[in-house]
Amino acid sequence: MVMKHTIAVLVNDQPGVLQRVSGLFGRRGFNIESITVGQSEEVGLSRMVIVTLGDQNTLEQIEKQLYKLIDVIKVVDLGSKPMVARELALIKVKSEPAERPEIMGVVETFRASVVDIGSTSMLVQVVGDTQKIDAMIELLKPYGIKELSRTGVTAMIRGNA
Amino acid sequence: MSAQIPEVQSVEELLEKWKQPEVITGSEILLRSLVLEGVDTVFGYPGGAVLYIYDALHNFKEFKHILTRHEQGAIHAADGYARASGKAGVCIATSGPGATNLVTGIATAFMDSVPLVVITGNVFSSLIGTDAFQEADITGITMPITKHSYLVRDVEDLPRVIHEAFHIANTGRKGPVLIDIPKDVSAAKTLFAPVNTVNLRGYNPRLVPNKLQLEKLVRAIAVAERPVIIAGGGVIYSGAHEAMYEFVKRTQIPITTTLLGLGAVPSADDLWMGMPGMHGTYTANNAIQECDLLINIGARFDDRVTGKLNGFAPKAKIVHIDIDPAEIGKNVKPDIPIVGDVKTVLEMLNPDVSRTAKADAWRTQIAQWKMDKPLRYNDSESELKPQWVIEMINETTKGEAIVTTDVGQHQMWAAQYYKFNHPRSWITSGGLGTMGFGFPAAIGAQMAYPERLVVSINGDGGMQMCSQELAICAINNIPVKIVVINNEVLGMVRQWQTLIYNKRYSYTDLAGSPDFVKLAEAYGVKGLRATNKEEASAAWKEALETPGPVLVEFLVPKNENVYPMVVQGATIDQMLMGDEE
Ligand SMILES: Cc1ncc(C[n+]2csc(CCOP(=O)(O)OP(=O)(O)O)c2C)c(N)n1
Repeated sequence: MVMKHTIAVLVNDQPGVLQRVSGLFGRRGFNIESITVGQSEEVGLSRMVIVTLGDQNTLEQIEKQLYKLIDVIKVVDLGSKPMVARELALIKVKSEPAERPEIMGVVETFRASVVDIGSTSMLVQVVGDTQKIDAMIELLKPYGIKELSRTGVTAMIRGNA
Repeated sequence: MSAQIPEVQSVEELLEKWKQPEVITGSEILLRSLVLEGVDTVFGYPGGAVLYIYDALHNFKEFKHILTRHEQGAIHAADGYARASGKAGVCIATSGPGATNLVTGIATAFMDSVPLVVITGNVFSSLIGTDAFQEADITGITMPITKHSYLVRDVEDLPRVIHEAFHIANTGRKGPVLIDIPKDVSAAKTLFAPVNTVNLRGYNPRLVPNKLQLEKLVRAIAVAERPVIIAGGGVIYSGAHEAMYEFVKRTQIPITTTLLGLGAVPSADDLWMGMPGMHGTYTANNAIQECDLLINIGARFDDRVTGKLNGFAPKAKIVHIDIDPAEIGKNVKPDIPIVGDVKTVLEMLNPDVSRTAKADAWRTQIAQWKMDKPLRYNDSESELKPQWVIEMINETTKGEAIVTTDVGQHQMWAAQYYKFNHPRSWITSGGLGTMGFGFPAAIGAQMAYPERLVVSINGDGGMQMCSQELAICAINNIPVKIVVINNEVLGMVRQWQTLIYNKRYSYTDLAGSPDFVKLAEAYGVKGLRATNKEEASAAWKEALETPGPVLVEFLVPKNENVYPMVVQGATIDQMLMGDEE
């Protein structure tokens, strides 16, 4: 069964490591829905969070193939455990002054925030899981989205694990 | 080498000396580190970006450097050296075109898990990324075909990087590692402190298998009625051939060896069934399709072996033993997965396994298949048949030669008709199927074993892909016996055209090939030609008796096909046997 999987990959912070990982996905025909990279808790190591689509076998192969990369230290399938997954989006939405209260209503319902206002547009920032951001975008579409930028998912296991 | 280093007598003394800190260039660090890794032969080709390295090589006597005539020759030679000796092969090339000329050879080694340390020069660090003269992003280009790679930015890193590279190339699932060294790094000076420890957190190949899985396998063997072993290159690479043979003798399980596994057990053994797959034997392919237990030891279920996956070994419980966890379940999902070094696994298994009486009928069946449908060809008195030539080579060398092949029909005939006594005596490009590989690989193998007989079997097509290396055979007196099976066509491709493309022979005629005898002579290598059996025997005898390199061309008919053949998309028991011809 094809499912969405979120995996966290701890890697050596070496030049080219992103290319190694993304290249591996490309040439082995694995899908990348989103990929985020940043510092980890340890100096010299970065954490990548990759959202991918595939069945259980594909997920197993992805993990095994990742482990073959010398710069990969640890691979965790976050989906197998309770996790917190978050994404941030900035949405520049058209808004004549008359429409602003309505848009503010949407923003408040989603506990998003307005981080900039222009004469005919507003810049909305929203943080949440992917579904929440999808929903928010759907609601803002009718006003006219001028620009949209999403970060992709970063994630972590809940609790002390 | 710098003038302040006094003369030293032996490598041991040098090693002792080089453990002392000393300020030297990156190039000298490279050479000394190679000696410390036990390197005795390097194949290479100079250029602007490696000039400092070649300057340091001038008068460097601690290992041999062979100047090939093409970088592709250098890397295939390093590969042949590695496959024959089990030690990492080393080659050096300059930046840009030098480096990109290595790509085919790196991919060849990668597909067949051959340990190589490939050193390329690059442009000055400050020029990297500017499309400078002879710049190529070789680490980027080769990322999918190396086990790992380094772009060295600081001369301080060199000793560590070189030591890690050898460690990575030679452990776990072996493979090529590339070290790209910018020109300024090879020129920079620093205090050389040799490194002999590795600290790679993410890299811990698992050698020892899970005991529970081994127990499952022991039980499965005890109850199997129709067991079969497929052994691959992993058996040879892990040095497991003795343990492998003991396993076969203890269990009496019939065994088939893949193209890269040939030599893992002696061909003379009754339990050996030949090669499986596209050009495998009738017996091996039927045994796989009928077996109830399939034990894959160090092979990767390549599609040339499995044929149509859906329908492969349909009745079998499948066991897969491999050092690379990613191979397990990649193509065929096993019932008993075993991750570990093949030698370790077999040595742990051997005390616990014994002959299964339950499989007696099965062994009888296999003997029957072998009798009914042995490998065969229609010999001729008027023409020289390529299979006959291989049999002749086999008879005269008695399985004691190191045989390398190129890619094509001659490769499959050699795999079918040559008989193996030893591991590491059969060198061929399996996974990538690289034409041009066989002859330079033979040079590498001969460098590893100057005293052994090395026979390089080539087609007339592939021989023309690296024939320039005849020069290095001549000037270094590398005594490879070079066989050219000349059918005047790209035989294997033509065979497909015959059988699958309605005899539409599109561009497989090699008209315009050189006179191979004259080509050899032009380089100073003795050349001989044979057109019938009598001439063939005489020419081959002369070749074997002549010291130094000799090329022997055998003129064979172009219509000969390799059988059995499993057409792509068929299951492996659907073999064309060639009987209709
Ligand atoms: C570099 C490369 N190019 C193309 C091929 C495709 N190919 C496979 S076998 C073959 C024919 C080889 O002909 P020859 O060397 O004459 O050997 P023969 O099959 O006649 O024994 C070709 C072209 C290949 N394997 N490698």
